[in-house]
Amino acid sequence: MTTRIVELRQGILKKNDELARRLRSRFTEAGVLVLNLVSSPGTGKTAFLERTLRELRLAGARAAALVGDLETDNDARRLAASGAPVRQINTHGICHLEADMIGRQLDDWDGLNLSQLDYLFIENVGNLVCPSSYDLGERVRVALLSVTEGEDKSLKYPTLFNSADVAVLTKVDLVEAVGFDRASALRNLTEIRPGIRIFETSAKTGVGIPDWLEFLQEQRSAVRQLPVG
Amino acid sequence: MHELSIIASVVDSVLDSLPQYPGARVLEVRLRVGALAAVVEDSLQFCYELAVRGTPLEGSRLVVSAVPARVYCPACNKLSELENLQSFRCPHCGQPAPDLRQGRELQIESLEIEEAEVTP
Repeated sequence: MTTRIVELRQGILKKNDELARRLRSRFTEAGVLVLNLVSSPGTGKTAFLERTLRELRLAGARAAALVGDLETDNDARRLAASGAPVRQINTHGICHLEADMIGRQLDDWDGLNLSQLDYLFIENVGNLVCPSSYDLGERVRVALLSVTEGEDKSLKYPTLFNSADVAVLTKVDLVEAVGFDRASALRNLTEIRPGIRIFETSAKTGVGIPDWLEFLQEQRSAVRQLPVG
Repeated sequence: MHELSIIASVVDSVLDSLPQYPGARVLEVRLRVGALAAVVEDSLQFCYELAVRGTPLEGSRLVVSAVPARVYCPACNKLSELENLQSFRCPHCGQPAPDLRQGRELQIESLEIEEAEVTP
């Protein structure tokens, strides 16, 4: 018997990464801006997205959403009330979304034409650990954090917050009620992800939403200017 | 807690590479895991034992080498290890360091296998 070393040097999530790469070029080709929304459970991703979808519709933009949860289609029903096409993904115990779940939904989504969309939002399963490892082919990863969660959330979960492109602070209408230290929260986010753009929003009052919509529009225009292929 | 799906991918990749070495037995699987990869070695080891049962990997060791987070600072023109994950700053000049160059690795580095005797 002889022993030998076999060099593999390959990514463990190679399959996911490859699928995500293919999704990304498909999205670029269709000219649709895809965003992956990640946060802990209860941050208000769905409320934030409800408001976003409603405002986009009023502005004449075309948006759709995929929403991941372990169980129930409650979030999809809430989001669908905006009039946008919405699909629920139930992971049945899996704590994050993976690229193949997105691909499968898109493939059997009757009547959905990506090239007729401006935006596709993917609301990930509420979890601040696992979604950071799984690329879904998105162009913008959005980490959300509510003022009720504490100012140091980003320090506790650096892997996720460091992987985000932008951060959204939610429920800012509750800042006073919960004694939220805004300056400290913003400082912590910036320590973990220097230069990150932060939107301070309330889905309830609409504060911060116009800036967010403007950002979406800029990003969508940028996607349309990307080389295809 | 997604270490089980990570390990399932490791086992699949190793199994995919084995047909090139007929009859080989796997002795060791080496991984490289970054400080920002969001996985914990203890959980990987625990899941590995479960996942290899009844496969040609059964009885093999899992060796995990940790890759520290390293940032590049353009002012110092240096690649440095982060002192702690709560502050992405260059340890030399203290300036914010957004340019992460290492620490997200989640890789299978190599296998050690025992090859079957080839009868001439």
